[in-house]
Amino acid sequence: MNNNYAIEAKDFTKKFGSFIAVDNISFTVGQGEIFGFLGANGAGKTTAMKMLTGLLRPTSGRAHVGGFDVWKEADKIKKNIGYMSQKFSLYSDLTVLENITLFGGIYGMRMTEIKEKANELVHKLGIEDFKNRMVASLPLGYKQKLAFSVAIFHEPRIVFLDEPTGGVDPITRRQFWEMIYEAAERGITPFVTTHYMDEAEYCNRVSIMVEGKIMALDTPERLKQQFDSKNMDEVFLKLARSKHK
Amino acid sequence: MKELIVFVKKEFKHIFRDRRTLLILFGLPIAQVFLFGYAITNEVRDANITVWDQSKDVVSKKLVSKILATDYFKLANISENYNDISNGFRSGEHMIALVIPPNFSEDFNNKDTKIQLLLDASDPNMANILSNYASGIIADFMRQELQFKPPNQIVNELRMTYNPELKGVFLFVPGVITVILMIVSTLLTSIALTREKELGTMEILLVSPLKPAIIVIGKVLPYLLLSFFNALVILILGFTVFKMPMVGSFSLLIAELILFIIAALSIGILISTKTGSQQVAMMISLFALMLPTILLSGFIFPIDSMPIPLQLLSNIMPAKFFIIIVKGIMLKGVGLDVLWPETLVILGFIMVFSLASIKSFKIRLV
Repeated sequence: MNNNYAIEAKDFTKKFGSFIAVDNISFTVGQGEIFGFLGANGAGKTTAMKMLTGLLRPTSGRAHVGGFDVWKEADKIKKNIGYMSQKFSLYSDLTVLENITLFGGIYGMRMTEIKEKANELVHKLGIEDFKNRMVASLPLGYKQKLAFSVAIFHEPRIVFLDEPTGGVDPITRRQFWEMIYEAAERGITPFVTTHYMDEAEYCNRVSIMVEGKIMALDTPERLKQQFDSKNMDEVFLKLARSKHK
Repeated sequence: MKELIVFVKKEFKHIFRDRRTLLILFGLPIAQVFLFGYAITNEVRDANITVWDQSKDVVSKKLVSKILATDYFKLANISENYNDISNGFRSGEHMIALVIPPNFSEDFNNKDTKIQLLLDASDPNMANILSNYASGIIADFMRQELQFKPPNQIVNELRMTYNPELKGVFLFVPGVITVILMIVSTLLTSIALTREKELGTMEILLVSPLKPAIIVIGKVLPYLLLSFFNALVILILGFTVFKMPMVGSFSLLIAELILFIIAALSIGILISTKTGSQQVAMMISLFALMLPTILLSGFIFPIDSMPIPLQLLSNIMPAKFFIIIVKGIMLKGVGLDVLWPETLVILGFIMVFSLASIKSFKIRLV
């Protein structure tokens, strides 16, 4: 397989008994490309993401993440990805710096490097006053931004974001997307699932999953043309409806 | 290895920042030791006794003062009739009453005589213990006072091996260590692991390069150290405050302690792999584990006097075997030559629980 892709999946499938959660999906994601992974609840997004991050073993098919085989090189994949789940996933009873140090340490970074980068990070996020306070005391918007920063703290090749902006106000969402763009410019590939269709427009390319299959995959612009729609919301609804007919 | 150290540090921070955990960890053991050591005891001290002495002669007075001179009894009332005695039982003024018939002194020296003991048997164990104490004192009195001894007589020479003073605390210290280790190791680890699941941080950890084994070891190691520290505190309290003897090998005791802690931890891990929420984990640890441990381990109730089904059930309590081991080492001074079966059983528990949790951990991942 071609190593220039950040992610490359071919006939990727997951069955739970007779239920096919992910049905022969194939797609590629380029390095530094912001890839939107859309779908209704239960469409199979999370299952696919879990297989790509090594949380679940696929039933069949091939996939490479960061150039590594999900079947044989899960250990190497784990070192080269970051992950942010839909649940807030920092430790509330640790301070901001302690959280950063912990995750830096888990990813095998050196302590001097962690210290240096951590100070830069709190400065950049504007939470220097909070750095020795418990994460529980941070406002939600900052928590979310900090969680993202921690997920990419070890400079992974790909960062998986599972509905990262759930429950966040529009301004913070905007700032959050700016951070995603910035990460993409540094060469980190953001792989984002989201429910917000306006966010889909921010992505370079978008795939839409319906009942385990990828029904559409292109840039938001071309998808809108293809489905003759004003916005992604309409594209999504048309796709979901066509399936139910 | 560096990852493990970072992880263990984090776990210690969780523990030391959570007041409830700290309370269970450090408050509970000390409270339990003193509770079981002082309050909950089978020994009877200063039981209230009422005396109705109908003869009021030299011998009867001697008998009464001999009974009252012991630590076991304390005079509640002097009574003159049965009515008062039965009212006293009703109001709880006394647990036991002694009735001495008229002409006691004369009869005592010349022919058979009787005295009466009345007991409040609403607490049957207590009544039994009191009647044994009183009978013992009376028999003793008889041997001392009688001028001539009957020609042939069997005199019981009792020797209470390993615990001559029959101190209840000698049983409770091993019991409390066992229960505390069960609570701390099983309850706290199962809660700590399920908390990560509930918060969603477990997913982050599983996606990270940390091996699942490192995650589990990192979560469990602090509890192993703290449980061990706890056991030492209880032992030191046992030695200093309760004068618990230590006849056997200290290093063997330490080794067995660590073994039992690992068994308890592996149960905690197993519980956490089977449950998704802290509350369920706590319920299982407390009700499915704590109560049977206290009731069926021989800590409070002797296993030999249980009905057969319960006796069989007690064999799946690791605590039962551990209490045998601790008592064996501390009181009897025996070594592995005697305690190897119990030690093997605990090793077996560790194997079974670890294998089961590894299996269910894997199933969850696939």
